[in-house]
Order: sequence, then C-alpha cells, then structure tokens
Amino acid sequence: MSLLSTLARLEAVRGQRAEPLATVRHRHLSERPMVLVPLAAAGEAGAPLAVLLGTDRDAPRLHLVPQPLNRTQRSEFLAAMAADVVPYLESFNEQVELLEGSEKDPVSGEKLPVVRELCADAPQLIVPNAAGVAHLALLGRSTRFRRTAEDPDPGEYPAPTRVPLLGRWLTHLTDRAQVPGSSMLLAMTGLLSRHWATGQSNLEDQHLAARLAWHLPPEGMEPAVTGAVAAEWVESARDADGLLRCPPAGPATDPKFDERVLAPAILRHDAAVAVWEQADASRDAVQERRAAGLVERARAELARVLLAATLPTWHDVWRGVDLLRGLPPAGHLPDRWEGDRWSFTMHRDRVAAGEPPQPRRDDAVTAARKLAQREREQAKLEIQEALDDPLAMAERRLAGEAFAGEVVDVVPEWTQGKSPKPRPLLVVRTGDRPHADPGREVYRAHAEPAQRAEIVSAEPGEVVVRLLSGMGRRKDPEPGSVPAVGDQVVFTLFELSPRQSAPLPEPADTPWTHGGPPVVGEDSPAGADEWE
Amino acid sequence: MNVSHLGQASPSLRRLSELRGSAPQRSLDARALAALAANPGCRRRALLDAAGVDKTALADRLGRPAPFGQSPFAIRRGLQFESRLKRDGYAVLLEPLRRMLGVPEEEVASLAVPDLLPSQSPAVRTERTLAALAEAAADPASWTLLDHPMLRLQVAGSPAYLEPDAVVVHGGRCTVVEIKSFPVLDGSADPAKVGAAARQAAVYVLALQEAAARLAGGVPSADPYAVQELPGAPELTVLLVCPQDFSNRPVAMPVDVRRELSTTRRQLSRMTGVEQLLAALPEGVTFDLARDDSGAPTRPVEELAEAVSTVPAAYGPECISTCELGFHCRSQARCAGAVEQLGRGVRGELGSLRTVEAALAAAERGVEQGLEPALLAELGLDEASERLAYAARLRAEALAVGGARLGGVR
Repeated sequence: MSLLSTLARLEAVRGQRAEPLATVRHRHLSERPMVLVPLAAAGEAGAPLAVLLGTDRDAPRLHLVPQPLNRTQRSEFLAAMAADVVPYLESFNEQVELLEGSEKDPVSGEKLPVVRELCADAPQLIVPNAAGVAHLALLGRSTRFRRTAEDPDPGEYPAPTRVPLLGRWLTHLTDRAQVPGSSMLLAMTGLLSRHWATGQSNLEDQHLAARLAWHLPPEGMEPAVTGAVAAEWVESARDADGLLRCPPAGPATDPKFDERVLAPAILRHDAAVAVWEQADASRDAVQERRAAGLVERARAELARVLLAATLPTWHDVWRGVDLLRGLPPAGHLPDRWEGDRWSFTMHRDRVAAGEPPQPRRDDAVTAARKLAQREREQAKLEIQEALDDPLAMAERRLAGEAFAGEVVDVVPEWTQGKSPKPRPLLVVRTGDRPHADPGREVYRAHAEPAQRAEIVSAEPGEVVVRLLSGMGRRKDPEPGSVPAVGDQVVFTLFELSPRQSAPLPEPADTPWTHGGPPVVGEDSPAGADEWE
Repeated sequence: MNVSHLGQASPSLRRLSELRGSAPQRSLDARALAALAANPGCRRRALLDAAGVDKTALADRLGRPAPFGQSPFAIRRGLQFESRLKRDGYAVLLEPLRRMLGVPEEEVASLAVPDLLPSQSPAVRTERTLAALAEAAADPASWTLLDHPMLRLQVAGSPAYLEPDAVVVHGGRCTVVEIKSFPVLDGSADPAKVGAAARQAAVYVLALQEAAARLAGGVPSADPYAVQELPGAPELTVLLVCPQDFSNRPVAMPVDVRRELSTTRRQLSRMTGVEQLLAALPEGVTFDLARDDSGAPTRPVEELAEAVSTVPAAYGPECISTCELGFHCRSQARCAGAVEQLGRGVRGELGSLRTVEAALAAAERGVEQGLEPALLAELGLDEASERLAYAARLRAEALAVGGARLGGVR
C-alpha cells in the first residue's frame, strides 16, 4: 500500500465513508455484463453448490446441485450452467470488424495482405470477489477435459457438448483475468479497491458487503449509517435463528447456514428422492406421482434457501456496478479493451478450429509468453493509469518518478552546426522532488507527438529541462510544441511507451534447458474417471 | 485437569487456574500454537492460552463472538477421507514413506497400530504415546503407525498438548503425517495452505524432538538444522496427505519443514514467559465468566472487558481470521484510533504517528499552510510526518484537478 492510499484510508476513518483513490474509472465496464454469484459446497475442492447468474439485474437465474456429493446431479448442474453461460459468450462471436494487415509469407518472405477479424465487443463476467474467480478456474479445470457423446471414446458418462466448452471458456477467462488491466472477468471487491479506499484493512475489504458498507448504508440496518459500525454489522449481525443477516459473498457459505438450513433441506430432498425411487421400483403410478411432487417441493425449498443466500450478494454486485458507472471512463480504456477483444477473438478461433482444450500445465514457451505478456501489460497499465488520472500520477510524483509544475521561463536555444535544431530550456517551478540527476532523460506527459527532454538542473522548488524532440523539423519549433510561460507541465522519469521484450522461440524450438520441445499426446485428457 | 504429574502445583500454575476460574482448562492445539507463533508479541493471547481460558466463550460474553465454525459437510468429508485412508491399510502412506526413507520395495511391511488409549486424559495419553514410541523405535525393522498420538510441548512455561493425525515409526525414526482436505491439483497445491500445514506439522516435530530427548534423558539440541540421532527422533520432512485432483483418492507428498521448524522454535522462545506476564497483571484480575447452575455467564460485561484490557494486545487485521478475540481487539483499536486497524504495514509507514488523528493532523498541516518541504523540515516535523504532508498536498491537488474534470462532483 502506498502512502497516498494510506492517507485516503485515514481520511475514510475520519469521515466513516469511502474516499476516492481514482478520479476516473480504470476498468472497462460492458453495457451488458453477466454477473455470477457462485457458491461452493464445503469440504471439497471446487464442488459447485449453486450459482446465481444473468445479465438483467431484475431477472437472475439460479442453478443448483440438490445433493453436492452426487456426481450425476453435479453434471446436470454444469450442463444447465453451460446452457446459460455459453450462449452469452457466443453472442459476441458474430459482430466483427475487418482489419487489414500484412503477414510475412513463410516461404518467399514476401509481405502478403491479409484481412483479420476482430470481434466488435467481448463478453464480461463479474463475480463478487477473488475467491469467485478462483472457483470459476476450478470449475474450468474440472470440466474442460470432460468427454462428450461426439468423442470417439465417449466413456461411461458423456457430457453435453457445451460442458467442456464452458470449461475451456472459464479456463480462458480466468487465465485472462491474471493479465493486469484486463476486464473480461472482474472481481467486484478488486474493482472497488482500485477506485476507493475504506477505513479498514485490505483483508477486511475482501468481504464485499462489508466493503460496500463504507459507500452505502447496508439494507436492513437501523439507523442507516456507513463506515466501521455498518461494516461490523454486516460481518456479524445474526437473526434470531443465529443466521447471518448478510450472507457471505461466497463461494464459501456460512457454516451456521450449512448446519441449520442447508443440511436439513438437503436431507429432506434426499428422503424425497428415496421415496420416489421406491415408488418407481414398485411401479405404482399414484405413489410415483405423489413422490414426484415431494421431490419437486423439496427442490423448490432448496432453491428458496439458496436464492436467499445469494440474492443479497447479487444486489451488492450490481450496486458496485452502479458506483463504478458514476465515474467517467479513463482515456486509455478503449485501447486496453481492444486487447481483451483480441484475446476473445483468438480463443473463439481456437475453439472453431477444433483445437484441444488448454493443457493441465503450460509448456515452457507458453508459460514464458504468458509471463512476458503480463509484465508488459503491467508496465503499460501503470503508464496509462498515470496519464489518465492525476491521482495515479500523484503516486508517481510522491515516489519521485515524475514532477509537475508551472513553466516560469522559456529560453530559446539551438544546436550548433550547419542546420540548427531547436533545443529550448524550460524552467519549471515545482514542489515535487524528482530523483533526477542532470543529464537524465525525461518524458513530457500528454504531449502529442511524444516529447523527450533532459534534466539540466534540479534544485528544490525549481527544475530546468531542455526539450530534445517533438518540435518539428525546421529551425523554429512548430507552434504549440513548446510550452509557454504560465503553462502547467508534467514530466515523467519513466518512458511513456513500454519497451518490447525480446521474442521467444516457437514451442518446437524450446531449448533443452527448458525441457525441450513439448511431447504431443503426453497430456491425455482424462474423462469421467477423476470424478469418481 | 489433572496436573499432578508435574508435581506440586507451582504458584504460577495456581494463578493461571485462578484466571480461568471454574471453567475447565482448554488445551492448546497445534493450530493455536501456529497462530500464537505468528503473533508472538500478543501478551493477551499468550496469557489467555497459557491459562487455558475458553476464548470462544469469552468473546461471546464480550459481545463480539468469534466468526469461526466448520460446516457439517466439511467435517463429514474429512472423516470420510480419513476412513478411506485407514481402509486401505494406510497403503498410500507406506509407498512414499518407503521412497523417502530409502527402504527397498521387497521388504515386507506389516503395519502395527498400537492402542494409544484415546479415551484417557491427555497426561495419560502422553505417557502411553511415549511408551509406544520407545517400543516402536527399539525394533528398526518394524513399521508402526501411531494413530492420533498425544504429545506435550512446553510453551512459555505452560504445557500444551498436541495431537497429530498420525506418526509413522520405522528404522528407529518417526515421520509426522498430516492429513488435510485441500486438494493437490495437477501436482501442486495452494501454497498458502501447504504453508499453514507445514507450520502446524513443525509444531509436532518440535514436540517429538522433545519426546525423543525425554526418552533418551536429555534436552533437545537448540540448533534447528541438527538432525537428532536419538531413537524415536522425528524426520525433518513430514508427509502431507491430501485428496488428489477432484477425487477422493489420497495422495501423499513429502514436505520439508526445517524452515518452519526454526521459525516456530524462535517465535516460541521469544514469547514472554508466563511468569513475567503474571507479574505484570494487577492483583485480583480473573477471566472467570462466573457461570450459574444453568451454565449462563453472570459476570458483568464491563467488568470482564476491564479485566481483558489489563493485558495488552498486539492487534493486526490478520487476527480476525486466527483469533477468537479478533473482533473485540479490533473494536478497541478503532476506539483508540490506532493506525494498526488499517494493517500492520501502515504502522511502519507512519513512523511515530500512532493514531489516525495524529496522522491526519500532520497531513493537514502540509495542506493548509502550503508549506514548502524544506520549511516543514525546519518546523521539526519528522520524516514520516513530512512525507505525509507532501502526500496530502499531492492528493488535494490531484482531487481538485480530477474534481474539475468530474464537473465538481467528487
């Protein structure tokens, strides 16, 4: 945590309400995001219990597993979830932009014109917290290798085609969520933390409802207040039955809820199913109908309690979306969202081309590529956020990586030689203390075209820089390219366009130090076996 | 609880039992010890644990109950997993153990599982475990599994009783087995969870080193990397048993706990001795809940809170997930305006500014007077306050610019 965000937290403690950490919105928000509130069954890794999802805040849909230990019911749940989520993801497949580019012909080395498709928009999933993202990753891992009826060897329990497809998409989206600045899969707690500080610690901020209590008074609390009191009420207030008034945002449920509400409801459902099976075996039509009604009622009861456990979080996520929509979008958002659109388009193409699901473990080259991409995107994100948001730039100024101030004098100077070039000196009055020695290259923020300069002298309160570029080709600088006396300028010590990293070899050329070229077929997909 | 094996109850033991009052003693388990070792500066927790006070009941009475609990589903699944392990005759344990210890495969191994008197008192169970360990270590060719043995460890002057899931003895040495419910997915497990399990197992290894030293009639070596050569001494690598992938199949992995062992040993030795904690305690303080015949606590809440506040705590937000009194200490930290409520790191950042009010006052001085940084230094503000004032100036400026862009709406 930086000193600036600590300061914001201190202010939040004083005001007992959230304080801004950004003046613009740094993540893309889709017009039509899909919100998912997943719940997991306790005690088993990634065992789904329920999910509340949808794109319409007034019409969430609930899917549930009546008996979390029952693998058949779990498969049915995943099929239902896939039938809901995959069409949403695929609805972005058709609308495309055509981009003309060129590609080197591998044989002749000639540049050939190509037209590439780029999806005009991409899906966006929003979950309540980081644990929700991890849960989706587990669901993705457990379903992407499932065999379907179309496989040459469908196995004993073939899944609908959409189930492994859902797994591949979830794997792709959770992988992409690791890329800094990406917005295809977002956790609401992370989004809020980026834009506002609360008067509590990062740890406590992971609780979505408690975090929101610093923005808005929680529903059902008397008197309606925000801040620490409200957050504590959300964390710990229980009703007469000992149940939390605000259920946790999941995927883990409250143990008391499991014990007092969920376990009995599951037990009743199991009993109803047992009665139905008995009636089914005895071929008694009347009994069977009655038993079927019992099962239906038990399932409806389960749906009721699980809806009650997820609906408050559902509303919380949408409240968070409202808060974020209140911020103006940052200038570089379309640029970063285009990266997400490329990521979506490329995965769409891989699925369409019939490529196998993502392997259990990345080979050396893929892993190195992913790391390089994340590093590159991190650098890009930091630069773009600083340019988009004075508060983000303030962080860099506090760290001595940038300085801002007013131009108090401009001294026109030129290079020596036959065709002199402009090299004007700017005297900048600033309260900042950049870690800059004379001769150090600096970059002018918001300059179009890009402009470099070097530090001539840096005294407390006053920095003198010499502009080096971005003034045109003539002897006299282009009008407007040199700041005038009285202008506000910002210079950064970090470059404003991230450097390209060295290229990585093709997977087939993996050096032996990194395990050599990957062996094809080593990673045979497992089907139903690991579910038993 | 019966402590007669320690001889005559010492004055400090008597005082500890007074602190506890009429309630039965809660013994420390490895999880609590690991939590204690993570926050060795907390005198409140150290004293309450040494006295065996039921912190859950205490937190309830103070009006801020601990949010901990285990789901019945998780418990059932844990039991299922353990019984599956037993049903296979612990085969899943033997194979990796064999590899770890370098025992040839053709060697016939039949696992002896001695009765460790699970229904007896902890002191009796500890003696029984010691005897079983000595017996098993005496025959290097045999394989013995101690199922839920009981070990004793001296912590800050008071005994803690520990119950590992299992200990396997072979070749005169033993290996701690820790059974966990988180999965090993594609060959790797959540590092945070493995770390927690390793810290817990390190406590068991420490206790076993003490046990082996007691068997040999000596004291354990203080060097954390010294491998004990005594019969029955523990290996410094433990076996972690987890479900594999999404299945119920157990898989065992060796985990080296030498680092955790040395950390735990150092942290536990840093803990203030219980005598010292007791000496700092005002006369007459007790944490007795004074339960009536129906078991309902009658002690006035204010009086109890007063008693608790006589022992200083070292609160940090991490406490909420490890300590029953976390919510109580947090509300105290908030009332006092302590900066620790925002995180332990914040305190380092703010230097000598210990309260929210003081920090904000320092920040405001920078904004209001619009002082140049050099002037601030002349005013005698220390570096942390100076930086905070600088930060406040930058923040106010950025918000003014951003606010203008927002159309005046913040």
